[in-house]
Amino acid sequence: MESVKSIVGRHGKDRTELLAMIRDIQASRGHVPPEAMTELAGLLGLSEADVEGVVTFYHFFSLAPVGSYAVYLNDSITSRMSGRSAVARAFEEAAGCRFGGTTADGRIGLHDTSCIGMNDQEPAAVINGVVFTRLTPDAARNLVAAMKAGTPVSDMVRDLGDGANQSELVRAMVANNIVKKGPVLFGPFASGSAVRKAAALKPEGVIDEIKKANLLGRGGAGFPTGLKWEFCRREKGPKRCVVCNADEGEPGTFKDRVILTELPRLVFEGMAVAGYAAGAEEGILYLRGEYAYLKAHLEQVLEDLRREKVLGKSISGVKGFNFDIVIRLGAGAYVCGEESALIESAEGKRGEPRDRPPFPVQIGYLGRPTTVNNVETLAAAAQIVAHDAAWFKSMGIPNSTGTKLLSVSGDCARPGIYEIEFGLSVRELLDLVGGTDAQAVQVGGPSGNCVAPKDFGRKIAFNDLATGGSIIVFGPHRDLFEVVRNFLEFFVEESCGWCTPCRAGNVILLRKFDKIASGKASRRDLEEIESWGKLIKATSRCGLGQTSPNPILTTLKSFPELYEARVRKDAGFVPEFDLAAAAAAGCEAAGRTFACEETDHE
Amino acid sequence: MSEIKFMIDGRECTGRPGQTIVQAARDNGVYIPVLCDYDGLKPVGSCRICMVRVGGRIQAACTQPLAEGMVIENDVPDLKDMRLAILEMLFVEGNHMCPTCEKSGNCELQAMAYRLGMTAPRYPFQWPDRPAEAADAKIYMDHDRCIQCQRCVRAIQTKDGKRIFASRDRSGRVRYRLDRHLGSKLSDETARKAMEVCPVGVILKKEVGFAVPIGKRKFDAKPIGSDIEETARR
Repeated sequence: MESVKSIVGRHGKDRTELLAMIRDIQASRGHVPPEAMTELAGLLGLSEADVEGVVTFYHFFSLAPVGSYAVYLNDSITSRMSGRSAVARAFEEAAGCRFGGTTADGRIGLHDTSCIGMNDQEPAAVINGVVFTRLTPDAARNLVAAMKAGTPVSDMVRDLGDGANQSELVRAMVANNIVKKGPVLFGPFASGSAVRKAAALKPEGVIDEIKKANLLGRGGAGFPTGLKWEFCRREKGPKRCVVCNADEGEPGTFKDRVILTELPRLVFEGMAVAGYAAGAEEGILYLRGEYAYLKAHLEQVLEDLRREKVLGKSISGVKGFNFDIVIRLGAGAYVCGEESALIESAEGKRGEPRDRPPFPVQIGYLGRPTTVNNVETLAAAAQIVAHDAAWFKSMGIPNSTGTKLLSVSGDCARPGIYEIEFGLSVRELLDLVGGTDAQAVQVGGPSGNCVAPKDFGRKIAFNDLATGGSIIVFGPHRDLFEVVRNFLEFFVEESCGWCTPCRAGNVILLRKFDKIASGKASRRDLEEIESWGKLIKATSRCGLGQTSPNPILTTLKSFPELYEARVRKDAGFVPEFDLAAAAAAGCEAAGRTFACEETDHE
Repeated sequence: MSEIKFMIDGRECTGRPGQTIVQAARDNGVYIPVLCDYDGLKPVGSCRICMVRVGGRIQAACTQPLAEGMVIENDVPDLKDMRLAILEMLFVEGNHMCPTCEKSGNCELQAMAYRLGMTAPRYPFQWPDRPAEAADAKIYMDHDRCIQCQRCVRAIQTKDGKRIFASRDRSGRVRYRLDRHLGSKLSDETARKAMEVCPVGVILKKEVGFAVPIGKRKFDAKPIGSDIEETARR
């Protein structure tokens, strides 16, 4: 087993590589033992409590052994809709342990995890970094048998996916499921053409072109990309930084995974263009831990691009155009999709958002002015520079120019990746994907909007239904309360815990929701859950808490009748406390029946 | 040094560049209720009690830099209820038993509840299981009372910048831990400082208790924030 000292040395004894060091310790030892943390802390000049804080922040790091084979089975709503519970039961029965635990011999561990970016091929799991998709109870039993036989995880992979998923460096079961190709992401692109054209312009000229194209951030927030680059450029250097946000954690989104699998050159060239425009020579691809299986493939592409002079020193032969990219891996934390939390994580810390101002373009990675852009944004930027702004603006609608990549999953005939022009209505989208009988469509993931049929005329656009790309279709037979509950649980788990409304408030919302769902609510409970949800939105510190009540607030608005049906109209107040249930054990011990008149709370 | 003019609740005030709204308000004798903020420490905006409205937008006054011409709403009914609602979250997410707490009367959470007029929280109590830690020689940590303000993390560090207290875990499971190696090396003075900086009764110095009797403690005499407001009257 590699010593901690050797691991730290291999990562240059650099604190910003702390997550990578912990990842190596976790992988070789099956957990992060206290003595390893003591040693890590000593070598990096940190306190052990500080190192422990980082270890315990990330879902894929653990103080307790997670099993020689650590199964992380996706627990998102789409996974559940695709038969997760039968698969989970098969894993448990075959392995002989429950989810949340490990087998007595420590060989197999079963764990829940948030959406792993495979929503169109659920149920899916990550086992020791290797992705398994479209799991069935039989597949689960076969996997457990292979684990018991000591088979290496990579040898358990069957039926490779399409495209680059079959390449030697990826070898993944993951399917791209590209259903509709569009002209921006999937249009022709000559590698090197974007940096060449950028280099012929002044940096300000590149920014102007992006501004003219009106490219808005594709991660969901929709901030103007040209403006972001300009702000970054205006700050005093000397060092600035470009970060590509590949943390794609919003449940139901998987388009960045497909872009990185099939079009990594476009993304990396977009980063180089951003670097040229913003005056940065340093690029970081922050890749979510769930996509670690793509790392070797991406490293190879980076190597190729350096050889082709698309990255490195004097790009395109232009003196002073220097830009290179390193990859940093996340380790299971949705909040790291928030740009300032991502920067903290890339620095090797807990992924906790920063206060703003100062904004990352002012003080970002290691204090350097930093522009953080989504994978799709950077890919689109490369194409805009390779073509021109007018070409890009000819697609989409005013204020939402160009195309958008959607990740479609749930109850529809053709789940997968769609490159559509902005302005498409939900109804048109449902026709496209084969989901016309939908009772609801979740646009933008749990943090987005639950859209009812009466609103299917609304459009995918920044000023109507904004989305980072997650589209989940719910058929007529689904219980939307189950959907909402799954989303709320997700936010409770993924809150970083920093601020009160998000940390404590989301737990309160979940409990109140359960009270309503169980039919113990009065009208007053509906009023309270709405007002508390608004409070959490208004007072939370970052985007996570500012959107976490959306599952409740948007379904309350779209489907008030579902809530009305659960409310007790006869009571002004219904207590949450169930006296009969609380007294049951005592009554049984005393051999009496419970006899207490329920108080009238009218 | 240039002066910044701003208004709070209709009152004209002046402040200095680099100040946060909380700091500038305080210098003008206006108290903005806040729990996580502490003089001399970098603000973290964690408690969210100090929400004010600036130009129609709700913001945390402890992290928001003061700007020229700001028109700030502070002591208005809807913001007061918002603060109370957040304060009540802190009460239900932990286990707060004032009558048996060493910090009663010196506790800023308790004082804030009196100041904001809290009676019973609007949410159900969560009664979490938060075991205390007593392994350290000098410090006893009662996690039941923690409001996650991170003052200890910020204030108590070694000379070379190592964190002696650090956050552990995430979401509602976050706890502040005393480093097991550095904790045992704390001087009496640092241990006392750690206890003082904690706004509630989490960090307690062992072997001293109730040195000042209840009834003669800081907030027994005057409500929290009144020291700031007195400077305005003077």
